[in-house]
Amino acid sequence: MMQAVTRPLGPGDRMKRTWEDGRATKEVVGSFSRDNDRMSGVERLEIYNRMYWFRTLDSLYEDLPGLRAVLGERVFMRLIETYLVKMPSRSYTLRDLPSRLEGFIRANRKLTAPHTSLAADMVAFEWAQIECFDGATRPIMTPHDLADTPPDRLKMDLQPQLRLLVLRYPVDDYAMALKENAMRGEASNAVDSATTTTRPAKRVRRPKPKRTYLAVHRHEGSLYFKGLELASYRMLTAIREGKTLPQAVAAAGPRASATKVQEWFTNWMHLGWFCLRK
Amino acid sequence: MPANEFNGFHDYGIGLGLRVPHYNHILEQKPVCDWFEIISESFMVDGGRPLEVLDEILEQYRVVQHGVSLYFGSADKPDREHLKRLKALVKRTNTPWLSDHLCWGSVDGTYSHDLLPMPYTFAAAKRTAEKIKQVRDFLEVPICVENVSSYAAFHQSEMTEWEFLSEVVERADCGILLDVNNIYVSSQNHDFDPYDYLNEVPSHRVGQMHIAGHTKFEKYILDTHDHPVLDPVWKLYNHATKLCGVTATLLEWDDKIPSFDEVHHEALKANEFIDGAKKAQQSKTAKARA
Repeated sequence: MMQAVTRPLGPGDRMKRTWEDGRATKEVVGSFSRDNDRMSGVERLEIYNRMYWFRTLDSLYEDLPGLRAVLGERVFMRLIETYLVKMPSRSYTLRDLPSRLEGFIRANRKLTAPHTSLAADMVAFEWAQIECFDGATRPIMTPHDLADTPPDRLKMDLQPQLRLLVLRYPVDDYAMALKENAMRGEASNAVDSATTTTRPAKRVRRPKPKRTYLAVHRHEGSLYFKGLELASYRMLTAIREGKTLPQAVAAAGPRASATKVQEWFTNWMHLGWFCLRK
Repeated sequence: MPANEFNGFHDYGIGLGLRVPHYNHILEQKPVCDWFEIISESFMVDGGRPLEVLDEILEQYRVVQHGVSLYFGSADKPDREHLKRLKALVKRTNTPWLSDHLCWGSVDGTYSHDLLPMPYTFAAAKRTAEKIKQVRDFLEVPICVENVSSYAAFHQSEMTEWEFLSEVVERADCGILLDVNNIYVSSQNHDFDPYDYLNEVPSHRVGQMHIAGHTKFEKYILDTHDHPVLDPVWKLYNHATKLCGVTATLLEWDDKIPSFDEVHHEALKANEFIDGAKKAQQSKTAKARA
């Protein structure tokens, strides 16, 4: 029955008439699903078949407005239907549906050509927002924690909700251009999850490649993304990997001046990005 | 039986489903509401806005957990990690009972995200009851199982849906979340008398009821939760309250959700029937004493 419920729909969003092995669907489904005086066993099961696809496709459609804009509606729908066939949900919650889509896009390039890299970047960015939205926050590291422990012994970590991304395309700028009523801030760009646009703006051109380092984070209940420099990305990554503060500063490289590092660090402390390592 | 062991001996009155469009209204206006039912899965997360809202709600209101993914009828064993997350939420909400559906929806860890109907066989009832017991033992909270609305039926079935429900809850010694709208929807889709269903379920096990709206199509009825409750469902509810006594009742409105006040107003219509049931109960008691 699971196979019948999750099989792709046929023309007109109806259950396919032929089963995988060439038998009539009526024969296969009719062997377990009963007719009533108004509907055949197939028609009755078709209700579930349609609901499965409407539910899962709707969920991905709502969660991935940026990917829709990159690919256009037709290619997007074909991609996510193929994705759900090849990689059906392994989680109890629809929230997790896009979790394996980036890898799927990269492994099946034909489905999104010629925009594969941009599409994969956009999914990585949108999935990071989903994870960040309800990711964990631990008690924020305070200046007292810093003052109490020598830097080389301080076990610091990044907040679990914070996501770091390396992308080939500036999808943050692109996503901002797609959003109506976007708020722009000097330090970061706010994304109000409640005002996510459901229809991509047609006039926004796809971005050209540009190496992009991003942090997706949550602050006072709202999602934000913040562009990083390579050096600051390296420094944050080192902290996430469990390096000490001096090691993380060293990871930033010689181009990161002491003034810059201090500026970044102050800003990150202010945003509450640090916690103590468990 | 207003309060029984299956709802933790709590007489909760009339509740509403906690839904995102109402968050701001509830948090800012703090309207009077007996209790809120939450979808457990929406709050089985590590942090962020969902848990912040939940904690604020818990400061003001009583909350009961209702799930959509335990899939008591699936052959898969209960997922321990899933149960751990659920138990953490149970501790957070202090829910007096927890409900989920009498259905299946996953095979070998692949999920349909739907509440699929079961074949009503003795073997399925036995296996399902075992799973309910395992979940209850792990969560340490009373469990109520909800009858689902369904559109398909199986050749293998050996009994009616209400016989199956009774078989499962008796074997598991658990409660019932009696969804009156689902009984009506299924009665129309499977051509049975919904009053037969109500009359046959073990009423002493009913710990909670659901009411909701549905949508009628040419050949079947769909459980859409996007309308006010329709008359035939209110009539069934009236009958159910007489059989089961005054029971914690929740209005489900999950799509095309109107304002909080409109949903609450619709839910409070249940009071008319609850008052009737109370009077019937009092007169029954008085007669028994006399």
